[in-house]
Amino acid sequence: MKSWIMAHARRVGTLVGLFLLGALLSFLSPFFLTASNLLNIMEQTAINAVIAVGMTFVILSAGIDLSVGSITALAGVVMANRLQAGTPLLVAILAGLTTGAVCGLVSGLLITRGKLPPFIATLGMMSVARGAALLFTDGRPISGFDESLRQLSTGRILSIPVPVILTVVLYALSIVLLSRTRFGRYVYAIGGNEEATRLSGVAVGFHKTLVYVLCGVTAALASVLLTARLNSAQPIAGMAYELDAIAAVVIGGTSLTGGLGTLGGTLIGALTMGVLRNGLNLLGISSFLQQIVIGIVIIAAVLMDSLVKSKRSH
Amino acid sequence: MTGVQKRFPGVVALDGVDLDLMAGEVHILLGENGAGKSTLMKILSGAQSRDAGEILVDGAAASIDSPKAARALGISIIYQELTLVPQLSAPANVFLGKEPTTALGLLDVEKMKAQTRELLDGLGISINLDAPVGTLGIAEQQMIEVAKALSEKARILVMDEPTSALTSSEIEQLFAAIARLLARGVGIIYISHRMNEVERIGHRVSVMRDGKKIGTYKTKDVAIDELIRLMVGRPVGDHVPRRRATVGDEVLRVESLSRSQVLRDISFNLRRGEILGISGLLGAGRTELARALFGADLADSGKVTVKGTMAFVRSPADGISAGLGLLPEDRKTQGLVLGLSVRANIALTSAKRLSRFGLVDEAGEIALAKRYVEDLRIKTPNIEQCASALSGGNQQKIVLGKWLATGVDVLIMDEPTRGIDVAAKVEIYELMNRLTADGAGIVMISSELPEVLGMSDRILVMRGGRIAAEFSGENANQEVLLGAALGQAS
Repeated sequence: MKSWIMAHARRVGTLVGLFLLGALLSFLSPFFLTASNLLNIMEQTAINAVIAVGMTFVILSAGIDLSVGSITALAGVVMANRLQAGTPLLVAILAGLTTGAVCGLVSGLLITRGKLPPFIATLGMMSVARGAALLFTDGRPISGFDESLRQLSTGRILSIPVPVILTVVLYALSIVLLSRTRFGRYVYAIGGNEEATRLSGVAVGFHKTLVYVLCGVTAALASVLLTARLNSAQPIAGMAYELDAIAAVVIGGTSLTGGLGTLGGTLIGALTMGVLRNGLNLLGISSFLQQIVIGIVIIAAVLMDSLVKSKRSH
Repeated sequence: MTGVQKRFPGVVALDGVDLDLMAGEVHILLGENGAGKSTLMKILSGAQSRDAGEILVDGAAASIDSPKAARALGISIIYQELTLVPQLSAPANVFLGKEPTTALGLLDVEKMKAQTRELLDGLGISINLDAPVGTLGIAEQQMIEVAKALSEKARILVMDEPTSALTSSEIEQLFAAIARLLARGVGIIYISHRMNEVERIGHRVSVMRDGKKIGTYKTKDVAIDELIRLMVGRPVGDHVPRRRATVGDEVLRVESLSRSQVLRDISFNLRRGEILGISGLLGAGRTELARALFGADLADSGKVTVKGTMAFVRSPADGISAGLGLLPEDRKTQGLVLGLSVRANIALTSAKRLSRFGLVDEAGEIALAKRYVEDLRIKTPNIEQCASALSGGNQQKIVLGKWLATGVDVLIMDEPTRGIDVAAKVEIYELMNRLTADGAGIVMISSELPEVLGMSDRILVMRGGRIAAEFSGENANQEVLLGAALGQAS
């Protein structure tokens, strides 16, 4: 038990932080600790949490993906366009997911075949995907769908909102993928020591590419939730979402240098950001000040890590 | 392996080397740094390609063009720098790239664990299979590498200086594991610098020098002294033109300098006009000493006195203001900013002196750079040329120029002539002569024994982070230096 706590100290730490934050907020605001508000937080967190799944894989492999916000917008307008053309909902969603996968594939190939740094490849993709979304829609939002899409946002199963259920299912599947499959193992191995992984006979380029495809797909998945919530697909949607996703991953204890971290941590990180935003709103704190607080939390979380690390190495 | 050849641009790394290995034997490979041992082993394990020659496994010609192909033939190598993923557990590392899966396609964690335990049991080792291997000791990590090789059914195992980082009890553990491997018919090629290991575990020993194999001997038929002589065996110091300068006052005194694990209780002094050579094997702590003196790494304890005053060198900036300069081991990554011009590189150490109110005094920089380009005969079209475009010798002169510009009293040179051609070498030696004639002291670290013997007034030999021996320039020869570096009285 003691060794388990030691091994998971970082996640336990974040979880304790999240609970302390919750306790403080429920003390400060009578509205915080109500079932409807908590579900509300989870619903608001869903989109960031979904994008952060792919981002966790990317960062674990010692990469970064700056294009997820733009992919969310592009996949959203592609799906909305199909819906307007009368395509069945599932097929339209599939079209959106394929769009995300293709964007990720291009980034992945640029990184593995073109030997571009992930930062540069995905910075380019960020601009290209955003431009494509604007061009495709002529800069105007697409709206007016039938009720089935709306159900994905407002629907409830056993009084739990559908976005929350989808997020939980995605996390359950992804955790199995990351911790129990060869692919997941290689993501950690590549991030930990790429050369050793290559010398062990692992097809490093293939698996790295796959990581970016996966990240594109989860970004597209988030666009389904976003479009359903707004009942409209906007080419300018998802601005700066990549930064929120990176923040969730990092607060969740995943190392930006790769090889170390968990999806559970990322979920806690995303929830921490959601609780913080919600709580600051309830307390009537200005959104300008909120940005400052969130920035400080990100820095504090990572600072804690680097302090613990430098202490251990001494 | 027969007639194996390997050329790198400008060098023949291997020149027709033959080597054979029998099942169940330990074949020891000896040679100085750069003799070609590692290149030969990289070719055997598929990490590098060969230009000529044949490799036969079980009597059949084998084409080994990748690490994967080598492993398929049962050839595994354990590098000195371990190639494990530190964040992953032992079973994850052992089975990396060949994980067993269940019917559902999920990792069969239990099977990996059980088989890893079995492999480690076979080596007589028990370790924590859940911990990330980065948290385990070096010896344990090495055993995991051995287990990894065995999981690939290795029949030929190459070990590159496996004991260099181990304590004596860990070495015993490794030797016990090796004995078990031999009993199973595994053949081991064992690269070592430790003479006592030759007699202890070797059946046969081959000596390499300058890319050639000198000979193969049964270990019981050959004396250690003889092996050392074979490793060195070349004429000494013919083109190194040292001119002794007048030795003046003490300019540097180091007392009990220590840094955890790497430097132990180092004491020496240096006088003006003197070149102090530092010899020793890779990993003996020579570069670490240079970095600690200059302030690039922090020492844990010890006292450094420069020009009679105690110097608190806690950063390279402190080192420079105390009058020290460092010509680092790797010119391309540590000595120069390759993307900057010759002028900017030379002026880098003098930036403070050459700027007013934070603005760079361009005319001053140009004058400085011109002076040293001329003075050191740096061959460059102009001083605005990018440093990366120059040859190795000229790059090294830029690094020298940048220290001359600060007016150093003590110049620490780490492998000053590595990778530069003979003519440029001689020029560097001439500059060292001039520097000492002008009253500076030089600490010169070098792996090239002729250079150490030819240029040094005094020679310190380091081994295991300590100073193992001191010789005067006249009394030393290659045999005694190598003997001291290996820990053998000869």
